[in-house]
Amino acid sequence: MPGSFFISSIHKMIKQDRMKITIFLFLFIAYIVYSIIIYTKGTKEVVSVSNSEMTEISRGKLLFQQYNCTACHQLYGLGGYLGPELTTAYSDKNRGESLMRSFLKNGGAQMPDFHLREKDITALISFLKYVDKTAITYKQN
Amino acid sequence: MRKGRSHAFLHSANKPTKAFVLLALSYLMLGILFGLLGGIQYILPGFLKDHLSFQQTRPLHVYLVISWIFCAAHAGIYYYLPLISKRPIFWQNGVWIHFVLQSATSLIIISGFCAGYFGGREYLEFPPLMGLFIFLSWVPFAINFFATLKPNFKTAPVYIWMWSTGILFFFITLSESYLWLFDFFRNNMVRDITVQWKALGSMVGSWNMLVYGTGIYIMEQMSGNVKAARSPLSFFFYFLGLTNLMFNWGHHTYIVPAAPWVKIVAYSISMTELLLFGYIILQWRKTVSGARKNYHLLPYRFLSFADAWIFLNLVLALIISVPVWNYFTHGTHITVAHAMGTTIGINTMLLMASIFYILKTENVFAFQQNKKWVSRGAYITNLALVFFWSSLLASGVVKISGALHNETFFYIMQKSQPFFRIFTYSGIFIFVGLGVLIATSFRIVMQKKQSETIIIRKPKSVSSSKILDFND
Repeated sequence: MPGSFFISSIHKMIKQDRMKITIFLFLFIAYIVYSIIIYTKGTKEVVSVSNSEMTEISRGKLLFQQYNCTACHQLYGLGGYLGPELTTAYSDKNRGESLMRSFLKNGGAQMPDFHLREKDITALISFLKYVDKTAITYKQN
Repeated sequence: MRKGRSHAFLHSANKPTKAFVLLALSYLMLGILFGLLGGIQYILPGFLKDHLSFQQTRPLHVYLVISWIFCAAHAGIYYYLPLISKRPIFWQNGVWIHFVLQSATSLIIISGFCAGYFGGREYLEFPPLMGLFIFLSWVPFAINFFATLKPNFKTAPVYIWMWSTGILFFFITLSESYLWLFDFFRNNMVRDITVQWKALGSMVGSWNMLVYGTGIYIMEQMSGNVKAARSPLSFFFYFLGLTNLMFNWGHHTYIVPAAPWVKIVAYSISMTELLLFGYIILQWRKTVSGARKNYHLLPYRFLSFADAWIFLNLVLALIISVPVWNYFTHGTHITVAHAMGTTIGINTMLLMASIFYILKTENVFAFQQNKKWVSRGAYITNLALVFFWSSLLASGVVKISGALHNETFFYIMQKSQPFFRIFTYSGIFIFVGLGVLIATSFRIVMQKKQSETIIIRKPKSVSSSKILDFND
């Protein structure tokens, strides 16, 4: 069977003490190269935003982190499950900007009222709008 | 227990080991306490909302449980290093520097969370500066590990490879998880999320290397079979694990619009776990007979529990790695079930095996006196975990069904309430089970060491003497 041939070949390789170091170095170099490719070609920007928009988005993102929104909400699957996923919340016809704005302003049954200022709410919405724009694969699925 | 292992230099290593064991157990106790509070917040929405909301209980739980895993692994490695190398710890003060830095960082992080200071990144929800302190606290540990062992990698057993890999990749992945501080990463959502998943996925791999290495080491010590950890098969699975540590993270990013080949690589690597799965099936009979043979050894019992959870979680991991199914399972409690199954069922059981192995070696009398409680704690935890794990899977299925029927988030949460109740109630039992194990460990650590001469007991109803069984 090709599977058992593959395993026995690897066995023979590993039996030689020097080969262990060679295999490790090979994998490690592959990992470094793959990481660099991921950081560059693998993750190209999918939407274009102007510099002024990016300033507002960055501020919204920082607020999202400062208030630890990730404890309850997910973005692309990262985060807690007590609150709804927010990746496509902006374009969701059942949610959208006005509902998000209302929650951010008053809190909810489980969501605390963070006493956010109007400009902070706008920055957070800008960030979530940007995230929604990037969610191409998500929406296709 | 092997004789001749209590070298004089070991006594100098005992104090820091004891300190790390106690610190690790404190992390676990607090970690499950905050986990339990978080669970209650699922079924009682207003519970502690204004004083300690879920926004705080979750990061406290996550940080403390991860700290438990790392700290218990450190405790074991500090204890085993002099035994393996037959040398005292290279830099004794370094161990204490590690301990002080680790404790101080934890104190700041916990106080920060309670006061509402966050960095807001998954797993690493503390402000970024704390990441630097964590990095620094690991430096004396790494120095001591390599300088004490002076490993010859050509002939070293697999657990030394695993520990070395765990340490190396902890530094790499912790640094990688802070790349978001640079605009190049922060200002591109796809890049930021992909790198975050990449760093965290591999960081989990790094602690698995430390924990599994510990498990293999104590297995070697208990069985007396030194060949297994040097066999080509062990190294084959080590390299398979290493490949997964490096590249398997990608199955978390199927929904992220990164380049399509990222998904292909991720899926291909994930499926190499089938080899491990097949091997477990093939070895099943051997594992069961080994478990029967050594069941009287308490640390072995923890290893057997971990074995069962490895099997269950591997099945789950393979299912959620298939792209079509991953689309549905992602973002549901099925992912949480996988995380809980691995951290409690596998990592915690292996680390408990290590802790009780150390405690038994150090104070066999105290261990003998308390072993019933250890056994009870292990059973309660694992039984409760079965309910906990199953209820998480069930609530995941409810969410998938709700999503397919376009139900609102609120309605899905309402429908999931019965399962949330089961996971909260079973969480209470996990708290009790682990609490029994923690309290027993504390009692054994604090109990004074008795003379290691054989005690002749005179049983109440039997007139003949009975010698205390040292084999547990």
